[in-house]
Amino acid sequence: MSARGDNHNRRPLLKVRNLHVSAGDVEILKGLDLTVRLGEVHAIMGPNGSGKSTLTNALAGRPDYRVTAGEVLYGGKDLLKMPPDQRALEGIFLAFQYPVELPGVRNREFMKAALDAVREHRGLDKLSVREFNKLFQEKIGEVEIDPELMKRSVNEGFSGGEKKRNEIVQMAILEPKLALLDETDSGLDIDALRIVANGVNRFRGPSNAIVLVTHYQRILNYITPDYVHVLLDGRIAMAGGRELALELEAKGYEWVKEAVESGREIGV
Amino acid sequence: MARSLAATRNRYLADFRTFERGVSARGPGWLRQVRQQALSRFSELGFPTARRGNEKWKYTNVGPIADAAFSYPFHVSSEAKPADIRRVAPWDDSWTSIVFVNGRYSRALSAAPVALDGARVTNLAEAALADGDVIEKHLARHATFEDDGFTALNTAFLQDGAFVHLPEGESLPSPLHLIFVTAGDAQPTASYPRTLIVAGANSRLTVIESYVSLSPAPYFTDAVTEIVLADGAQVEHYRLLLESADAFHVGTGRVYQGRDSTFSSMSFARGAAIARNDFRVLLDGPGSSCFLNGLYVTSGTQHIDSYINIDHAEPHTTSRLYYRGILDGKSRAVFGGIVLVRPGAVKADSHQEDKNLILSEEAEVDSKPSLEIYADDVKCGHGATVGAVAEDAIFYMRSRGLDPETATAFLIKGFASEIIDAVRVQPLRSYLGRLVWRALPGVRFGRKS
Repeated sequence: MSARGDNHNRRPLLKVRNLHVSAGDVEILKGLDLTVRLGEVHAIMGPNGSGKSTLTNALAGRPDYRVTAGEVLYGGKDLLKMPPDQRALEGIFLAFQYPVELPGVRNREFMKAALDAVREHRGLDKLSVREFNKLFQEKIGEVEIDPELMKRSVNEGFSGGEKKRNEIVQMAILEPKLALLDETDSGLDIDALRIVANGVNRFRGPSNAIVLVTHYQRILNYITPDYVHVLLDGRIAMAGGRELALELEAKGYEWVKEAVESGREIGV
Repeated sequence: MARSLAATRNRYLADFRTFERGVSARGPGWLRQVRQQALSRFSELGFPTARRGNEKWKYTNVGPIADAAFSYPFHVSSEAKPADIRRVAPWDDSWTSIVFVNGRYSRALSAAPVALDGARVTNLAEAALADGDVIEKHLARHATFEDDGFTALNTAFLQDGAFVHLPEGESLPSPLHLIFVTAGDAQPTASYPRTLIVAGANSRLTVIESYVSLSPAPYFTDAVTEIVLADGAQVEHYRLLLESADAFHVGTGRVYQGRDSTFSSMSFARGAAIARNDFRVLLDGPGSSCFLNGLYVTSGTQHIDSYINIDHAEPHTTSRLYYRGILDGKSRAVFGGIVLVRPGAVKADSHQEDKNLILSEEAEVDSKPSLEIYADDVKCGHGATVGAVAEDAIFYMRSRGLDPETATAFLIKGFASEIIDAVRVQPLRSYLGRLVWRALPGVRFGRKS
């Protein structure tokens, strides 16, 4: 499955260069570089406050995050010029760390409208209601959410784990090119973690890429990344393969800090 | 100012003298007496004024109604056609629709009067002669005019209206739709719709009151509705305010509930330049309960005032008061909810909530839910919220590819749905959903399809 090596010559799907992002008056990302190609899974790890969620939110276009410098090319286009809905239509999907409740907005209607918009943008016909319902039921079944729950308003009355699974349902329906998973593993028990990971693995393929932000190594036992990046104080401090995650697990983030301070270069 | 008010009052008094000599002379003696009393009370009270200390009218200025020269429509040209009515009011062929034009019963536009197993749905003017005893017992007994100028004025001009009487254990097979339409004349007219519903013990009824317009001119509707629920009666009630943008509307609703009766109501307020809905429920029998929902949707420079009183007079009574408002433009909404729990009304269970969604920085709402509790061992709560569309929700939806307008529309629809979805009469539920959209021209729902 690993996409390392042979993939390097292909044009990047996402190219982030020297990205600086502030939330309020605080600069959180301080010159981040990241290159992602189709077929790849990148894990971004790091301690709390290192800027992991800022990265995914900035890429998705959340208004509270202000890009102050740097550039992001997505499929060769200037991503930072696009409003959030345009980014979604172009194939970017953010699985929220804290999915938002939408009172009175039914899951099915919401997803139908979103898929209609995305398909229209891709030059595809809308699915009929019947076709959509079939797809919807199938994707709900895959993450083992109670179909009765999905008849309710979006995320209203959902447990933390159910909200995360609903994000996976949405991702599977919209079939993005670049999925940004923002701590999708946090707050999940072991069964839910497996279900969510299986959903991500089903989605994973040569025509998409995944940036998976996580605090813990645990989910990487289920989703094998091609690259692991350690984010520290707003920059990628260290990068490597799958094994870097295991080393982090064993040695902790303090080890990265010390390594960086002592000037050691590790990984790519 | 004082002189102009006096002039307005004199105009109504002059109209009344003409009215007395004509149509009114035909009614029974007791009714003429009630009208006379109401008129003299109106001439003392006049219209209320918005001023400090007058809590009931603190936020709503009815000066424009008092200043305008609305006159009684003595010469009605009823040009309204069935198709016109269907254009401005919800319609379903299975409903029993009774139409009043400028306050007068229209036989041509109405369904045949219902007389099933003693149930009567008819015109108040005719019923006052035939069913005098039931009407005399209830009419103007619940909507009293001692301290209310608008009710006094309506009662003074009481002539036509809807009368519904269900004997014990009866029910109407389909919803009853009372349509009050203002039509025709370029001259500013006042109309005085009146409704009396008497639901006998254990009877069941669904009734819709619609106030609609076919008139290009400003007009004034002064409507009064009395609903009586005997023990165990169940009434489902809808009130649709769909007056024209130049209209003034003051509606007064008085509900009396006996033991174990259930009253469910939904008030939808959209139309009128200035509107006031003064609604009061008296829970006068143990075990009685009322569920009052409301949705007001305002835009432009509209002003809509909902003033709701619930009176828990007996033990084990339940009330729910759930209102929502969607405000756009420079409009203004007022919500006053007053729940009173009288001494001895133990185990009263009440909750009221008014939530508002503000779509424009220039719109304004004054929401004031309140409780007055004089009994122990009760369960009562209240709350009010006012807010704009949630930014995090908009971003969430945009991150799925919905444009901001569609995302906003989804949220507004979601906000209204809690009230709309509770409408049990189906064609009406869809109709009201569509009205919410039409009311908000700045909001586009759904992508081009």
